[in-house]
Amino acid sequence: MNDITPSTRRRRGVLSVNTVTLAHGGGGKAMKDLIDDVFVSAFDNPLLAPLDDQARIALGEFLGHGDRLAFTTDSYVVDPLFFPGGDIGRLAVCGTVNDLAVGGATPLYLSCAAIIEEGCPVELLRRVARSMADAAREAGVKIVTGDTKVVHRNACDKLFLTTSGVGTIRRGTELDARLVRAGDAVLVNGMLGDHGAAILAARGDLALDGDIASDCAPLNGLTRALLETCPATRFMRDATRGGVATLLNEVAQAGAVEILIDEEALPIREEVRGMCEILGLDPLYLANEGKFVAIVPQEDAESALATMRAHPLGRQARMIGRVSRQCESRVLMRTLFGGTRIVDMLVGDQLPRIC
Amino acid sequence: MKYVDEFRDPQAARGLIREIDGLVATLGATAAHPIRLMEVCGGHTHSIFRYGIEGLLPKAVEMVHGPGCPVCVLPMGRIDDAVAIAERPQVIFTTFGDALRVPGSKKRLMQAKADGADIRIVYSPMDALALARTHRERDVVFFGLGFETTMPSTALTVLQAEREGITNFSVFCNHITIVPTIKAILDSPDLHIDGFLGPGHVSMVIGTKPYEFVARHYRRPLVVAGFEPLDILQSVWMVLRQLIEGRAEIENQYARIVPKAGNDAALRAVARVYELREFFEWRGLGSIDHSGIRFRAGYARFDAEMRFAVPSIRIADPKSCQCGEVLKGVLKPWQCKVFGTSCTPETPVGALMVSSEGACAAYYRYAGARRAKDAA
Repeated sequence: MNDITPSTRRRRGVLSVNTVTLAHGGGGKAMKDLIDDVFVSAFDNPLLAPLDDQARIALGEFLGHGDRLAFTTDSYVVDPLFFPGGDIGRLAVCGTVNDLAVGGATPLYLSCAAIIEEGCPVELLRRVARSMADAAREAGVKIVTGDTKVVHRNACDKLFLTTSGVGTIRRGTELDARLVRAGDAVLVNGMLGDHGAAILAARGDLALDGDIASDCAPLNGLTRALLETCPATRFMRDATRGGVATLLNEVAQAGAVEILIDEEALPIREEVRGMCEILGLDPLYLANEGKFVAIVPQEDAESALATMRAHPLGRQARMIGRVSRQCESRVLMRTLFGGTRIVDMLVGDQLPRIC
Repeated sequence: MKYVDEFRDPQAARGLIREIDGLVATLGATAAHPIRLMEVCGGHTHSIFRYGIEGLLPKAVEMVHGPGCPVCVLPMGRIDDAVAIAERPQVIFTTFGDALRVPGSKKRLMQAKADGADIRIVYSPMDALALARTHRERDVVFFGLGFETTMPSTALTVLQAEREGITNFSVFCNHITIVPTIKAILDSPDLHIDGFLGPGHVSMVIGTKPYEFVARHYRRPLVVAGFEPLDILQSVWMVLRQLIEGRAEIENQYARIVPKAGNDAALRAVARVYELREFFEWRGLGSIDHSGIRFRAGYARFDAEMRFAVPSIRIADPKSCQCGEVLKGVLKPWQCKVFGTSCTPETPVGALMVSSEGACAAYYRYAGARRAKDAA
């Protein structure tokens, strides 16, 4: 393997045009130039550089980190592509990194497949790729393989990305909703609903001004720190689509437990609350891209919170509720007003009420 | 959040609940023979469930959830007409979001959208007019829904379109008026209601005068109520006071928003553009005289029903569905035969399961299907 020396490195292609055409999906020189110019130059790492049909990674790379492989995939179709606090590229890296991290894994390698609509500006792709590279650096992962397709106009919306990721899980780390027990504490690492609210505002059709930025961030540093202080953590999941309400319902179902959350304890920004009031939305169902729920044994709650708060992405960590009972799969909320109500799964999308 | 949190203060709520307990005891009401109060408006229904107010009120006060969800009372035939308009290739059909899920006899708008109709969610009729400006080659239709609350906004949008000479904009008008409906409920022989919480935002437009017949002819108290939890509790308290003192009056709890005379500019816009229909079909309640509005002859060019031939076929409500009884407060949602079994928010049979303001969806979502049945 070592007989391949850096001197055999080929010269990278550069794009001379400003927009992507179907020629860039044709498999010839134009496509090679696109991949080189946009992706290889941004992701720049030796595993990707040969541009073979697969990245080849020594097994020892994995064995050093744990005893099980975690493997995940996700597609990103966000509209708009750029929004306050992030863009589709950052989202595609953080989302997949987080899906590995909340399983207790150390994320290591990512793939990236791009479906590009003809007419897409090349500079837009460069921006997205640079953003992916930055996020990957932040998360300490490498993007080592990929694919590019160009489709006819209207066959996709500007740009879709799919990232898959692998990581390893340390021996002894066991996270499962079925391990959750009555009395356990339900924690979140900060403000809820920022991503969903930022996207709604960025679409611009609501004529709402505000400074809400997406919380899009790689959580693997924080989850690692939490697992080190609190190895007895029962379960973690990132609260993406469907928000915290949907996530807690999934835990209640899978673990056959009743979860009681306290409306007063929910960390929600004033701007997000205000936007939800105006539109008739519930912030508990808004998406997050840098928030996760951790369920820990009651006696570990304080130390877990302290660890989270010591990390930049967990400064506003809160305990939002408890697992109240076993054998009853539902989520209840004690309202600010002193009443109690069910927090159900959302049916379809949140549609604003009319009056 | 300013101007919101003040009306959600748990301490103040506890004080009000204690007083309500006292009033109910004075009235001699019991759980077996409760005082029955109807909140007319779906916005109230939503708040009552969202804040868990039913659980805070004494069992001797029963809240009956009225017909005030405009999405819920829309009959299937009208949805079929909306789908027929939306499926015309030159049409961009614009609607408020929660109308997408209301079942028609064949499909809902959401299905029509998936089948290729150009249906877009808007947040105001002015958004629809903006689309008409930028898509001159298309016909932009707005699905006009709602009580007097939303009526002025469509009327003003039509007047704006007239001023700008925009010819590719029209409204599929399904606006309804609340007063004839309250009268129909009071005339219903199988119903006993002791008092009403009147709709807050409708009253912001029409004022409090139109309700006077409730007090005068039917001798029932009506309190126009706001939508925050303390508004609702205070309004319940005000109705109970009237009952104790033997009064039947129209009172205004929501005076911070509702002027006695209503909003003159809004009413003038509505009167200029619209006139009463002789009758309008309501899901579950049947036909109610003078309960709908249509375009005046001078504005017929903005009327989507005139512009596009719609089938206008009356479709009977599904037999198994007891929305009508629930709307009138004769049945509680969970007492309906199909509640929580074949009728759920995923697959609503009746319209009350569709909108989050519908009594059945609110019960299902916030009280839980099983708990509601257990309680019964």
